[in-house]
Amino acid sequence: MSEKLTRFFASRWGIILAGGVIGLLAPLLQYAGNPKNMGICVACFERDIAGALGLHRAAVVQYVRPEIVAFVLGSTIAALLFREFKARAGSAPIVRYLLGIFAMIGALAFLGCPWRALLRFSAGDLNAVVGLLGLAVGIFAGVQFLKAGYSLGRSHKASPAVGWIMPALMLGLLLLLIFEVKVSDTGALFFSESGPGSQHAFWLVALGAGLLIGVLAQRTRFCTMGSIRDVILMRDTHLLSGVGALVVVAVVMNLILGQFGPIGFFGQPIAHSQHIWNFLGMVLAGLAFALAGGCPGRQLFLAGEGDGDSAVFVLGMITGAGLAHNFALAGSPDALVEGVQQVGGVNGYGMAAVILGLVVCVVLGLTMRERMEA
Amino acid sequence: MAHTVDARGLSCPQPVILARSAIQAGEFPIEVLVETATSRENVRRAAERLGCTVQVEELEDEFRLTLTK
Repeated sequence: MSEKLTRFFASRWGIILAGGVIGLLAPLLQYAGNPKNMGICVACFERDIAGALGLHRAAVVQYVRPEIVAFVLGSTIAALLFREFKARAGSAPIVRYLLGIFAMIGALAFLGCPWRALLRFSAGDLNAVVGLLGLAVGIFAGVQFLKAGYSLGRSHKASPAVGWIMPALMLGLLLLLIFEVKVSDTGALFFSESGPGSQHAFWLVALGAGLLIGVLAQRTRFCTMGSIRDVILMRDTHLLSGVGALVVVAVVMNLILGQFGPIGFFGQPIAHSQHIWNFLGMVLAGLAFALAGGCPGRQLFLAGEGDGDSAVFVLGMITGAGLAHNFALAGSPDALVEGVQQVGGVNGYGMAAVILGLVVCVVLGLTMRERMEA
Repeated sequence: MAHTVDARGLSCPQPVILARSAIQAGEFPIEVLVETATSRENVRRAAERLGCTVQVEELEDEFRLTLTK
């Protein structure tokens, strides 16, 4: 039975099921209260968690998102059930941490991870097309490094504790949320009273949806970055069919729920139309994901099945969110001020950070090598 | 004596890249060692797409894939 299920999940129908379920649940989570075109966004939700912990003080984006907790724990449950939980670590963790930081800075310049880019596109936000093009270019660059022998080196089998730290951290976050811990009037946790951070589905609903996605994604290895990488590297459309299913189902769901449109660039929900930085932000994110071996969602699922290196990448992303907001690097949405259209986007600091990130990623891509004979 | 590709502990997609270049070099049979079920499936899928027959053995903490053509 277990072997049959494993075979199914590894098949094309398995990955289509996983993508389809994400495409189904994300618009429903938005309908249930999550922010617009942000039924699920791994980068944004990790950023909200950073805010809730006080790692940044952007008052509108602070909340302990149960979806993130559930992605990790769902993956842990699936990995345990199918005897795939393996504690492992030791593949250049500091580099993965840095890649996580810059991946987040790039994603927040665009205002979303690849999942949200797909969901924004599925609701008619054309800026997402610009972002997805940037993502593909970043991944293309990453593939060139991989072909030339880029490697972060081998991970090694580790003590079980290494694998359990991330699930335990997530369980801790969940308890903080359930008990709405507040150490003092001005202290953590911080919960947004307005803005995207204040918009959320009931926590049990978010948790349930996240657990289902976590289980399916662990079994099928759903990965948005991988879907593009595999096509570029070897014309393999396996993972891409999952991403396709996500978009098709999300478009239908958005139409049914009245969440589709208007189609366009300016004034899309929690988005900006500064094209060049939407593009370059996602080039940076795509390159960092490719060098780290997975999109932000996939890193959570890997962390859930015991991969300590992916856990470090996740902590890098959460750190990156803190830095992005404390140093005003994140993009600002478009706005209508007294009837005048004001295009948002990143400021000079944000632009500098994205360029710095690209330079760092290229240097890493060129210099990280592992002797394969060893 | 089989040609061995040791892809244990390597991140995605390096096991597949190494297996592919071994397949393209054309010295069969090829033994690929991987540690995770993900790598096992990825290498199996890539090898089958390139026309190989794949046999999987589960060892204690890893998998040995034997590719023949």
